[in-house]
Amino acid sequence: MKKAGLLMIIGSLLLLGLFKFPLWNIELEAPQYPDPLGMNIYIQGIEGEEEFDIQNIDGLNHYIGMRTIPKPEDMWEFGVFPTVIIIMVALGVLIGLLGIFEKVSYKWFMGWFILMSVLGILGMYDFNAWLTDYGSNLNPNAIMKLTQPDGTPMTYSPPLLGHEKMLNFDVTSLPATGAWMMFTGMMLTIFAFLVGWTKRKKV
Amino acid sequence: MKTYSYLTMTFIVLATVITGCKDQGENSNGALTSNAAERVYVEPGKFDEFYAFLSGGFSGQLAVYGIPSGRLLKVVPVFSQDPEKAYGYNEETKPMLNTTHGFIPWDDTHHPDMSQTKGVLDGRWVFMNGNNTPRIARVDLTTFETAEIIEIPNSAGNHSSSFVTENTEYVIAGTRFAVPIPQKDMPIKDYKGNFKASLSFLSVDQESGEMDLSFQIRLPGFAYDLVHPGRDKSHGWVFITTYNTEEAHTLLEVNASQNDKDFIAAVNWKKAEEYIKQGKFKTEKAEYAHNIYDEDTHMATSTIKNEVRVLDASELPGLVYFLPTPKSPHGCDVDPTGEYIVGNGKLSADLTVHSFTKMLDAIENKKFDGEAYNIPILNFEDVLGGTVKQPGLGPLHTEFDGKGNAYTTFFISSEVVKWKLGTWEILDRKPTYYSPGHLSIPGGNSRKPWGKYLLAMNKITKDRYLPTGPEVSQSAQLYDITGEKMELLSDFPTIGEPHYASMVPAELIQSKSKKIYRLDENKHPYATTSDANVKVEREGNEVHVYMTMIRSHLNPDNIEGVKVGDKVYFHLTNLEQDYDVPHGFAVIGAENSELLVMPGETETTVWYPKKVGVWPFYCTDFCSALHQEMSGYIRVSPADSNTELTWSLGD
Repeated sequence: MKKAGLLMIIGSLLLLGLFKFPLWNIELEAPQYPDPLGMNIYIQGIEGEEEFDIQNIDGLNHYIGMRTIPKPEDMWEFGVFPTVIIIMVALGVLIGLLGIFEKVSYKWFMGWFILMSVLGILGMYDFNAWLTDYGSNLNPNAIMKLTQPDGTPMTYSPPLLGHEKMLNFDVTSLPATGAWMMFTGMMLTIFAFLVGWTKRKKV
Repeated sequence: MKTYSYLTMTFIVLATVITGCKDQGENSNGALTSNAAERVYVEPGKFDEFYAFLSGGFSGQLAVYGIPSGRLLKVVPVFSQDPEKAYGYNEETKPMLNTTHGFIPWDDTHHPDMSQTKGVLDGRWVFMNGNNTPRIARVDLTTFETAEIIEIPNSAGNHSSSFVTENTEYVIAGTRFAVPIPQKDMPIKDYKGNFKASLSFLSVDQESGEMDLSFQIRLPGFAYDLVHPGRDKSHGWVFITTYNTEEAHTLLEVNASQNDKDFIAAVNWKKAEEYIKQGKFKTEKAEYAHNIYDEDTHMATSTIKNEVRVLDASELPGLVYFLPTPKSPHGCDVDPTGEYIVGNGKLSADLTVHSFTKMLDAIENKKFDGEAYNIPILNFEDVLGGTVKQPGLGPLHTEFDGKGNAYTTFFISSEVVKWKLGTWEILDRKPTYYSPGHLSIPGGNSRKPWGKYLLAMNKITKDRYLPTGPEVSQSAQLYDITGEKMELLSDFPTIGEPHYASMVPAELIQSKSKKIYRLDENKHPYATTSDANVKVEREGNEVHVYMTMIRSHLNPDNIEGVKVGDKVYFHLTNLEQDYDVPHGFAVIGAENSELLVMPGETETTVWYPKKVGVWPFYCTDFCSALHQEMSGYIRVSPADSNTELTWSLGD
């Protein structure tokens, strides 16, 4: 259990990477922007890849009536997400420690993983809902009101994952360092569970 | 896909070359048709290997080309007004062209020379001389804008300028036309002995690049033609060719060509520094303008200075020596080791090369052959390093490849000749089209040449391009000099008349090139850094419009309350912080030029409303899909009307 508990602790601590590294990255490349404009989405807010990227994305978005990219205070998520992560890290470390001292069973590791996964999926769902709203809830007085070939108004929601062509822009949305650290951490907690499980079998 | 298009491209190029061979193989176009096209072809989207800064000659500007493609990248306005960029037209840059002769909108630019560190070109600044109204400019290579212009007092025909010492200690400026110093009303025929020349030393602040006229050396009234600071072992000296040592004042083409030998003046500037330290200078009254462009305020200021420290070469021993050099030498060129000083005697059949070591020895052992105005003339045979025999007709300038070879242009026989330092043998000669003046090799005037290309700048073009009436552009020719023999690669037209070029590997500059000016560092007194500060103010009959520009509107775009007889200042701030999104501004009937405002910058234009009516203004630079909409109206009421001063955007 010692090894498993340690893995559990390291796994949960890796989530702290989210405070330093972006969770998600969206890049916009166009003929006029050979150096793509980029947004880094952190759990505490959205920042430009380069200093003026957000300002320049907003500048372009005003033509199609999109709202400006939200500041941290504009979205409750940027207040709640860090708290949730801190709680989950504390919980994970606690479970790990208790595991080391054989106070809880390895099943708790799986319990933590399931809770984290549920929260993660909820977070993604929320993020996707925001992307959809951000890209489709447009200013009715937008300078350019474009329609799809079928006549419905064109929307500009960036993809949650992967690439999409939007007007002159190639938009690519991918998990970033913070997310990869989180995924690795979560995998470690599963691994902790597995280690705990095998050790138990041998006893 | 990429490899495929690569192959296609190569194939097309090859095909062109082969076809070229067939069509022009027997032609006298001069180019080796083997694979010259490939060597100057820069793929779309790819960069050139070198920057070339060519003076614009009588255009007064500095042209920036990419080498080997010969593509024109930018024309930097320096001494001439440029309506395209509002240089010398907007309120901010007018002071740049201020002189003690007043506002001078033009000059004749000759010798761009780059700053150096330890004898190697370093890509910080390009200095360039205005020949007509003597001035030296400094162009900043992070912004590619003229950052400073300093007028040179006691000078006329500022030709032997603006040459940079090994660590950019000084920019040196000489005088081609001797004049009375101080200027006075006197008969021209009394030139001899009364007219004088000045050699100016401008110190350079290594951080800001700011120049200061440190001191001048007073010299006899010869014509000082070209300058080359010593390199490496001869660092601390500067060499200057002279002609008209006859001191003729009329029909110079005959009267200044009589002496069998003129001089190369060798000036010991380290000695000059010592004399300055010892206080052996005279402080003389001399008015000159010093104009500085401040990148934070986006404005230039012009200050008139009043004094200069002068060292008299005739009174201070050890400061100047004369090296006899045949027949009105033009170019003066020092090889990368600093040992050889080439005097390009333009009327001589041979090329004279002096030896620095021999010169020091001749000075030490007083091997003199008389004196001129108390300045020792060294014995010709005792300083001669070697002679290149019968190299061509009319040698003008020499540069070096760093591999022991020298390359000299010959104006009259219209060719470039490659010869070997030390053995003085001629290795190769190639025709140029036609009559080259200067030539340039990247770093070819410094300790460290990048001896890959040679650019010949020709004075005569004739049939090289499609004809464009009586006036045709000047022409430059690019040679590959990596092999034993030079190979002509391409021709390209140039602006004005390039006299010299400074070429440097692109990587020394490209990463330092600015993309925007930061709005949060804009200290222009009339800047409007946010839409909240947009306003229009009246002070008597002066109206100040604080206007912003961003894709795709001008704010305000409706202005009322301006009257006939007002003087309207439009202060435009470009709020963009995105690369390559300038906005322009023009208003009907403006007597000056447009404005072209870079992101984060503020510029001001003055407009005199003369007619009652509603007049449009608009953005002149196609900035965005809604550029055409980026416009507005200003209402001009009669002089005695009471129309209220109002401004708005989007009601």
